[in-house]
Amino acid sequence: MSARKPPEIVRYRTSTRINHWIVAISFVLLALSGLALFHPSLFWLGNLFGGGTWTRILHPFIGVFMAVAFALLAFAVGGANRMERRDWQWLRGWRDVVGNHEQDLPEVGRYNAGQKLLYFLIVLCLLALLLSGIVIWRAYFSLLFPIGLVRLAAVVHAVAATVLICAIVVHVYAAIWVKGSVRAMTRGTVSPGWAWKHHHAWFRDVLRGGGRE
Amino acid sequence: MALQSLDIVRRSATTTPSPQAREAHAGEVAKLIDVTKCIGCKACQVACMEWNDLRDEIGSCTGHYDNPADLSEHSWTLMRFSEHETAAGDLEWLIRKDGCMHCADPGCLKACPAPGAIVQYANGIVDFHEENCIGCGYCVTGCPFNVPRISKRDHKAYKCTLCSDRVAVGLEPACVKTCPTGAIVFGTKDDMKQHAAERIEDLKSRGFEHAGLYDPAGVGGTHVMYVLHHADQPQLYANLPAEPKISAMVGLWKGMSKPLALLAIAATAFAGFLHYIGIGPNEVDEDDEAAARREMEETR
Repeated sequence: MSARKPPEIVRYRTSTRINHWIVAISFVLLALSGLALFHPSLFWLGNLFGGGTWTRILHPFIGVFMAVAFALLAFAVGGANRMERRDWQWLRGWRDVVGNHEQDLPEVGRYNAGQKLLYFLIVLCLLALLLSGIVIWRAYFSLLFPIGLVRLAAVVHAVAATVLICAIVVHVYAAIWVKGSVRAMTRGTVSPGWAWKHHHAWFRDVLRGGGRE
Repeated sequence: MALQSLDIVRRSATTTPSPQAREAHAGEVAKLIDVTKCIGCKACQVACMEWNDLRDEIGSCTGHYDNPADLSEHSWTLMRFSEHETAAGDLEWLIRKDGCMHCADPGCLKACPAPGAIVQYANGIVDFHEENCIGCGYCVTGCPFNVPRISKRDHKAYKCTLCSDRVAVGLEPACVKTCPTGAIVFGTKDDMKQHAAERIEDLKSRGFEHAGLYDPAGVGGTHVMYVLHHADQPQLYANLPAEPKISAMVGLWKGMSKPLALLAIAATAFAGFLHYIGIGPNEVDEDDEAAARREMEETR
């Protein structure tokens, strides 16, 4: 039985997977605590963190922790996320992407153009969140900045957080939509058919002994 | 201030009505500070300390008469001294009693994310309920007058209560009671405006042609008002803002952005749901696996 089972392809090594889930858990905690502080109708989410005051205390520390963990992840996968000519062509065929007609699209490397753009969007949002977050961190830093900048930072933080949460909703949905993706981040492997279908250029790299992280 | 109030017209981060069976039938209250009558004795600061049981740290001289140097969690009111040379070459000593202005449209309350940490009573007083305060400092961000201060010890926000506990039982605020020159008076807002008008008329007759009332419309008017000799230049008085209003940034942050952000997140999730139901998942079938196997064998 096991002899006939196709060999699996390694997509994410263990360290990347652990790092990804540290970032993911931090993100969930930050989104919940951040929404509690953002909208009165979601203030009750602060109870998950021990009440409003604990939410206010913990949120920025978790934020700094996630920024560091995400920076490591971003550097690890950054090289494979550079946009290439064929990526723009792939984007122009977005109708085929959402319609599950991949056969009509240009070949995809380790990441497709959607994943790459999402990567850059998330990097930008996290940068904005980190910088604006420091400015509105009242306990330690807000007094160092003029009030006009603190007010601007509050708006930037809210906007960047909204964009990031929407981006992560898309990211999570894409993992549900494209079957076989979740396993890449839990077990670290994908089936040859998955790599052949969704990331053909990467699949060929792997066959030639390349395509590693 | 933990007395039960049945006259709350606005409550921070709250979307349902607060207890408001009691109304301010006698009218909204106001404290009128006649800067032209102030002699800078600081008795109001002492009365505030005494009534509210506040003792600030003893600081050191910073080269001017302001003492303490700034408002703090222990100093809810402060005389700010400004030297002003008039066009005629006279020196004027402008002394403004600084503290919460009790805005009709309070920026602190608009910014506060903690339900019930800031309330506005029917009589117009804006009060902090520190037991509900989470210490985020958004009130500082929202205030157009730079008044709230966060305690370094308990990280709660503090400011002048307009002696809401005294006013609730029919007394005037402590600073009003103690002022030896009658520069601070307290009553209904209408009475205070009328009193101010008489004072302004008197000042004008004595050569202060720009004397006027400071009751800035940008924040809906305030429940602490000033009579100024130079109402055309409020910034002379230790940078009292000429046209205070809630910053557009705070308006955006606490206004449109809140419903729009939740809508955007919900819409994104719903779009995913519709896609899954309408178009469905992208699956790898046996043909794809077979094609992959063929390519693997060819490469070998």
